[in-house]
Amino acid sequence: MKISGAEILWECLTREGVEVVFGYPGGANMPIYDAMLSYPVHHVLVRHEQGAAHMADGYARASGKVGVAMATSGPGATNLVTGIATAMMDSSPIVCITGQVHAHLLGGDAFQETDVAGITLPITKHNYLVTSADEIAEVVREAFYIARSGRPGPVLIDICKNAQIEQTEFTYPEEVKLPGYQPPSHAPKADLQKAVKLIENAERPVILCGHGVMMSGAEEVLQHFAIKTNTPVAMTLLGLGAFPASHELSLGMMGMHGEAHCNLAIQNADLLLAFGMRFDDRVTGTLNTYAPGAKKIHIDIDPSEIHKNVKADVPLVGDLKTVVTDLIPMVDEYEHEEWMKQIREWKADGDARSIMSWPDDGKLHVSHLVHDLWEATEGGAIVTTDVGQHQMWTAQYYFMEKPKRWLSSGGAGTMGFGLPSAIGAWFANKNEEVWTVVGDGGFQMTQAELSTAAQEGANVKIAIMNNNFLGMVRQWQEFFFEKRYSAVNMRTPDFVKIAEAHGIPARLVTKPEEVQDAIAFARDTPGPVLLEFRVEQEEAVYPMVPTGAALDQMLRRPVRTAVEKE
Amino acid sequence: MQYTLIALVEDKPGVLNRVASLFRRRNFNIESLAVGRTEKPGVSRMTIVTNCENDVDARKIEAHLYKLVNVIDVQDVTRQPSVTRDLALIKVKATPEQRSEINNLAAIFRARIVDVAPDSVIVEATGTEDKVEGMIELLRPIGILEMVRTGQVAMTRGEHSGIRRTPGANGNGWHAEEFVPVGAD
Repeated sequence: MKISGAEILWECLTREGVEVVFGYPGGANMPIYDAMLSYPVHHVLVRHEQGAAHMADGYARASGKVGVAMATSGPGATNLVTGIATAMMDSSPIVCITGQVHAHLLGGDAFQETDVAGITLPITKHNYLVTSADEIAEVVREAFYIARSGRPGPVLIDICKNAQIEQTEFTYPEEVKLPGYQPPSHAPKADLQKAVKLIENAERPVILCGHGVMMSGAEEVLQHFAIKTNTPVAMTLLGLGAFPASHELSLGMMGMHGEAHCNLAIQNADLLLAFGMRFDDRVTGTLNTYAPGAKKIHIDIDPSEIHKNVKADVPLVGDLKTVVTDLIPMVDEYEHEEWMKQIREWKADGDARSIMSWPDDGKLHVSHLVHDLWEATEGGAIVTTDVGQHQMWTAQYYFMEKPKRWLSSGGAGTMGFGLPSAIGAWFANKNEEVWTVVGDGGFQMTQAELSTAAQEGANVKIAIMNNNFLGMVRQWQEFFFEKRYSAVNMRTPDFVKIAEAHGIPARLVTKPEEVQDAIAFARDTPGPVLLEFRVEQEEAVYPMVPTGAALDQMLRRPVRTAVEKE
Repeated sequence: MQYTLIALVEDKPGVLNRVASLFRRRNFNIESLAVGRTEKPGVSRMTIVTNCENDVDARKIEAHLYKLVNVIDVQDVTRQPSVTRDLALIKVKATPEQRSEINNLAAIFRARIVDVAPDSVIVEATGTEDKVEGMIELLRPIGILEMVRTGQVAMTRGEHSGIRRTPGANGNGWHAEEFVPVGAD
């Protein structure tokens, strides 16, 4: 029996286990939307296609499954671009399906024609232009396989309108045939032995874990390895949650705004074990001063990451979970008592400077708010963020115990990620508590998705940290541009009224004594709730490694703060 | 230093674009690129000559190429025993009196005159890049009107067919002693 290309698409999507799709219809994908009505898939109508891509991304990060976004040709597809680039930088598995003009019109500048395959070529793991219905089944099968395997990433399928309409025989491809695509799994035994030698001789080892831990599902083997070898664990921004924050071996976050004791540990280590992380410039500081005394073992599934930024003494290319599982029986239990003692001393100094030891000054500080949120939710919520100061404070003070609960745009640093990714995460885990902590700047970039949240009844709690500034840029202008504030002051709308206009309950919070009650109100009210916090306007995120400095040359919170406390 | 890479790729639309885009995006230069069919249906072969600072950069290119879904295999033949050839067609201004001089030059380089017009000839030169360059330099004073080159094609010597992935192209077992991190002075 012949069916249309659009029906073949949905046959394939349902076989991939797709239950929810985030998208926006238009001229070039109408046959797909028509066929959708016959399939058991929930469609979320976004308000801007960027939201669709971020929702698919949030869904993917929270569930470990592939997220799906849809858009029409031309502007619909180009609106996805920021979301696709975000997913690419953070290796998030999404499949974007865009409509395209009829194949015979391609290249002729038809209405709403844009070269989407060309535009997205450098920001997708792979992409396809489909010109006939016969190709659809094979392409969709490949796209999902490529998106979720190896180093995951976004895949785009651009489907010409004629291919959606044409009738053809449907046979589901039993297997994927990709001769040039074979993700590695085990690392060679000889290299594992080299790694073990370094591990055995290390006195000051540190594990650096990144997003790859989650992508590979390696959280448990990581814990097993760290505990067996008694090695402290530092995390990248996206690696938060890979290892429980409360564990005595946890060093917390590394990098530009990482914990001081964590960065000091890395700089003074004699062995770094990089687990699924890529030595991004935000975690290394200047490369020629990075961990000068440390040998490096780099485990990554992507060979192009090896030696890219930091030379690996022992590269182990393979699936992290598989490689660490192979390593565990080869290593012994070690004592690193002196090293741990040194780290505890550094940590005590950091604790004294922490804003958490400040007395109540009657003002709202984001770090305190995040701490209150962490306490109220018992550290168990899924938390998404935008990008900037609030993101760093949330990373620092919402201590993640479990993986796949910390969703933030790391590599791309995309403002506007918070709200849509939270909606996507809620669709992945409807029984979980979902919060998004956002700034007043980023929130306004994808504020339109409030309407989507209201329509879907998405149980997403929004905490806006409103300082009337683009805070991180302001901080840089304060530190590095002689406090010449340029285009960072932002007059914000009445967010409570905006929420209420969408039928979303909301509260304005201006005093510390209102915080707990507001959080309780949000948690007790079903569906989306918005809280606007008017926070201290000119506060800086500490510690900070300025660009061009070594990782241990951090700007620290002034010491007098600690004295003031007494 | 010049590096020569061979890539076997699926013969599909847009693959050349993917390879070229990769070089642009990762900030590497293509010196020459030659693409053609192979002995296997559906498989094309690219010979890419690129200028890199060191082996580390060359290996980065290799690893990035290897990541492209349509790239089946990559080999760096820079230090492999191999045959490389470049073909040039060079149109030279030539009065009937100058033809014999050009003919003599061509003979020395084992080049051929493949077209003769009243006031010009076309010389076809094949060989390593150095040889072709040498030929061009000698023809230049006579007056080159037009020139076209294919870029290098390369094949390793020996009886094995196809190409062999460079050891470590997938990252394992590859150690660069002279590795200098980005930004180091």
